[in-house]
Amino acid sequence: MKKRTYHNPVGVGKYMGLLLVSPFLIGFLLFTLYPFVSSFVLGMTDYDLIHEPKFSGLSNYGDMLGSKDFLQAMGVTLRYCLILVPLKLAVSMAVALLLDMELKAMGVFRTVFYVPSILGANLAVVIMWQFLFTSSGLADQLTGLLGLGHMSWYSDSRHAMAMIVLLRLWEFGSAMVIFLSALRDIPKEYHDAAKVDGCGSVRRFFAITLPLMKDVVFLNLILQTIAALQEFNAPYMITGGGPMKSTTTVGMLIYNEMFLYHDAGYANAVSWSLFVVITAVVLLLFRLTGRHREESI
Amino acid sequence: MKKLLWYALLTAAAAVMLYPLLWLIGASLKSNDEIFSSAWFVPKHPDFSVYIGAWRTVTPYTMGHYFFNTFLIILPKTVFAEVSSVLVAYGFARFDFPLKKLCFALLMGTMFMPAIVTVMPMYLMWSRLGLLDTYIPLTLPALFAAEGSFVFMLIQFMKGVPREFDEAAKIDGCGALRTLFFVILPCIKPVAVSIAVFTFLWTMNDFLTPLIMISSVERYPLSLALRLSADSTGDGYEQNRVLAMSVIGLIPSVAVFGLAQKKFVSGITAGGLSG
Repeated sequence: MKKRTYHNPVGVGKYMGLLLVSPFLIGFLLFTLYPFVSSFVLGMTDYDLIHEPKFSGLSNYGDMLGSKDFLQAMGVTLRYCLILVPLKLAVSMAVALLLDMELKAMGVFRTVFYVPSILGANLAVVIMWQFLFTSSGLADQLTGLLGLGHMSWYSDSRHAMAMIVLLRLWEFGSAMVIFLSALRDIPKEYHDAAKVDGCGSVRRFFAITLPLMKDVVFLNLILQTIAALQEFNAPYMITGGGPMKSTTTVGMLIYNEMFLYHDAGYANAVSWSLFVVITAVVLLLFRLTGRHREESI
Repeated sequence: MKKLLWYALLTAAAAVMLYPLLWLIGASLKSNDEIFSSAWFVPKHPDFSVYIGAWRTVTPYTMGHYFFNTFLIILPKTVFAEVSSVLVAYGFARFDFPLKKLCFALLMGTMFMPAIVTVMPMYLMWSRLGLLDTYIPLTLPALFAAEGSFVFMLIQFMKGVPREFDEAAKIDGCGALRTLFFVILPCIKPVAVSIAVFTFLWTMNDFLTPLIMISSVERYPLSLALRLSADSTGDGYEQNRVLAMSVIGLIPSVAVFGLAQKKFVSGITAGGLSG
């Protein structure tokens, strides 16, 4: 075995760095690894939060796969993710391209587009959304003005989903700033050269901008997908998961099983399954984009 | 001419983005009838007295009480996050040590770890320790660099500080920690500001963790108090009061963002932070 040499400043031992990162390692053991393992173990028990957990093998997982509620929640979550993520990436890219033009007062616009995302999941915003879409609320009045007539946002399952997607879409700012900073890093010469060669702006976007931004697009894709698959706040507060459980995401299902029905074993089994699904989706995205883990430090 | 067109497009988009917030402020000053009859955000007869009722809330405590609670969480959390993230990032950015690659992979891993998997076992753990309904479950994890994205962002910036600075400090007799505090930290002030701002905003926004960990109304942070009011006000009456409470609830976040905006926008993107 080759003996590793450590490149440190003179007089600094190889354990100095380890000492400095030790808070993270302790935190990782306590707040990530322990709950992670413990969730897996609890998933294989019957546990009502009062009596001691009883080992029950894979029966929770069996129940889960046979449960209509679980399959519906999984379907709702995946559909939500498939609708929201592409829309959000497209909108944030489009706005980032607009903001990248060299015009005056861009800082003001950037702030305006970014503000909704920093307010993000703030309960006040969620309450506001609830009011906007309530019967004869702003959205209803606007559809009335446009001659679309009265829409019941809460009782139609497609409209209820749209309401939540719109809220999260409104908060596209965080993805947009990431795109914007990547756009700024593209040397202007590339575009100038392409212009000389007679490329239009659409062609330049697909031939220059997009290929150079593929890492950032991927980063945003992963971040937004993980966030979407975990959605809890918005359906919990706005629709309560209804109508007919059409907006009950897996996140909400887990919460309900744990804190409404006190079925901790089952809830942990479901949350582990969600973890597996998220990991699978992320790995799939890595595979589809032909990428391996290449972080270096 | 073409420029004008782009401006028009941007302005229209900005108006759509801001309208819900303007509507919220306007609607809080409207009568309940007017909220549901006029789409224009400016109220006909603004009634500011609703804000007195909103400040008192429909719960036994005032908004001031809930703000204070929220700050009791934010303050230690910010200090913890700053200290731990800076130390850990310093370790990664400047030193070589056994298992460094593995440690860094774990750090990246925590950034992609869905919170929903860990939140329930954490609830059970804090419950067994008898620490539910205290602020410890909300603040203590920050002491262990729980926010991987902060560390990541700090590492990126620390690598931008030339190593020659460290060497010069060493010649002047600084040890590793003094180098960190007197040489590196002053160079990365904007990131430190970003961490404080994000801790503030995220804690203001956090809903799931307090919902699970905090049970007595007396200790509710703002987000839970807002939910309680929205639920107990119900349909039909005093809706402008809930809206006014929401407006008040958004003021600290907007103010902090507004104040810090110039300093921290550069930091946002470096770590791939999402809002």
